[in-house]
Amino acid sequence: MQALYAQLLVGLINGSFYALLSLGLAVIFGMLNIINFAHGALYMMGAFCAYFLLNLGGLGYWWALLIAPIAVGIFGMILERTLLQWLAGLDHLYGLLLTFGIALIVQGVFQNYFGSSGLPYAIPDYPKIAGFNGLQGGMNLGFMFLPVYRGWVVVFSLVVCLATWFLIERTRLGAYLRAATENPTLVRAFGINVPRMITLTYGLGVGLAALAGVLSAPINQVRPLMGADLIIVVFAVVVIGGMGSIMGSIITGFALGVVEGLTKYFYPEASNTVVFVLMVLVLLVKPTGLTGRAA
Amino acid sequence: MPELSTAAPGAVKTATGGQILSVKNLEAWYGESHILHGINFDVNAGEVVTLLGRNGAGKTTTLKSIMGMIGKRTGSVRFNSEELIRTTSDRIARLGVAFCPEERGIFASLDVRENLLLPPVVRAGGLTLDQIFDLFPNLKERLASQGTKLSGGEQQMLAIARILRTGASFLMLDEPTEGLAPVIIQQIGHTIARLKREGFTILLVEQNFRFASTVADRYYIVEHGKVIDGFANSELSANMDKLHTYLGV
Repeated sequence: MQALYAQLLVGLINGSFYALLSLGLAVIFGMLNIINFAHGALYMMGAFCAYFLLNLGGLGYWWALLIAPIAVGIFGMILERTLLQWLAGLDHLYGLLLTFGIALIVQGVFQNYFGSSGLPYAIPDYPKIAGFNGLQGGMNLGFMFLPVYRGWVVVFSLVVCLATWFLIERTRLGAYLRAATENPTLVRAFGINVPRMITLTYGLGVGLAALAGVLSAPINQVRPLMGADLIIVVFAVVVIGGMGSIMGSIITGFALGVVEGLTKYFYPEASNTVVFVLMVLVLLVKPTGLTGRAA
Repeated sequence: MPELSTAAPGAVKTATGGQILSVKNLEAWYGESHILHGINFDVNAGEVVTLLGRNGAGKTTTLKSIMGMIGKRTGSVRFNSEELIRTTSDRIARLGVAFCPEERGIFASLDVRENLLLPPVVRAGGLTLDQIFDLFPNLKERLASQGTKLSGGEQQMLAIARILRTGASFLMLDEPTEGLAPVIIQQIGHTIARLKREGFTILLVEQNFRFASTVADRYYIVEHGKVIDGFANSELSANMDKLHTYLGV
């Protein structure tokens, strides 16, 4: 049983990253109509940003959690203003090629300077309150041993995902965003600066990816290709969940992480392929994805 | 009826306020296709002016060009003597121009309340929610419904209601009666009459000129992307024959 719980926990953690990344992809796709293949590279930049902040600026994990999404988000907004905005109205293929090219360039630059091996990033050991040593160490839950950092990643990701859902589905700003996804020309004719909103939306999606990168740094180390490996699975998650729904991408992200974890326990040989098998099945039965709307 | 030259399109004027909108030599393109070939007309404050014309004459494109929703446009559109021809639509909206599109543009992913509150208030003086519910009682009951779950008539009311909140004093309504039941058309007619009494200036596009004649002060006839004629409501009966020829009815 211990092993099952352990795999479930690993599944939930992977699910956290899937959810944060596919959520960002869904938000970006809704507003910009771009399938953002640069997402993995931006996730990696988030992790590197945390690494630089610590090693060059002496700013630790908690600062990185705040600064990295903003810094990488600004980088994303510059990309949108200078490159992506010119894709409006063109076939999806151009967006795919451009963002894929951006990913290759960004990853290439980082590989050039940092090679392919991982750089260590320690779990923070502060604040020391209520017997916690920052996020280090673990807790005995009775039925299993829970490393504090892993529990933190799952809970924090869930909170960020739900906050993003709330922002989009329940606030006035979110109403602008949903309306502009449907009919940007009309929303603009109501007096809303839609191009600026598109830039900020890309920044938000990219910021979520960078945040996932920071969360991942202490678990997976900081590597130039850390995003390239992950993003393929995330795209399968997006295909399964469908691009249309915010809550759909959150739930699908966590659920597929858990499915992967369970597969690792019951039939480890299939653990790396189960998501793709599910993707094929979903594509056969419901090509728009489980929660997606028809394009 | 004088032949309308490009220099003096507004040959007929009624005794209302000063000129609020002046459109001169407006041309517009959708991609490669040239839709408007020099539209000339003007609207005075407090008037209801109707653009009549056959399908595809360029009436909707005229409204969208004034609103800045058409990418390529030339000529001159002056609103309160401010030139709008190079202004983006969000800026135009903030000057107090509001547009209600023919397809109504109710958002499916927003509920009725969100649809109603979507256009930001651009200046003081818009209707309050209570005043809006007074005009359109149906909407109040349906606030939590998905926007596109409303009936056609209710969607049209919602589309008009949401631009009354913003404080815009110049409204452009594109075929507000299209596809609606007579009783709803009547209600929309009353609404337009009431808005006029309250000082709104309205530019209407209509195919249904019987409806237009109940609310309009003046008419312009649009054909092949040009304004070819114009007359006041008082001259309507004298122009009936011509009108039938223009509209092909």
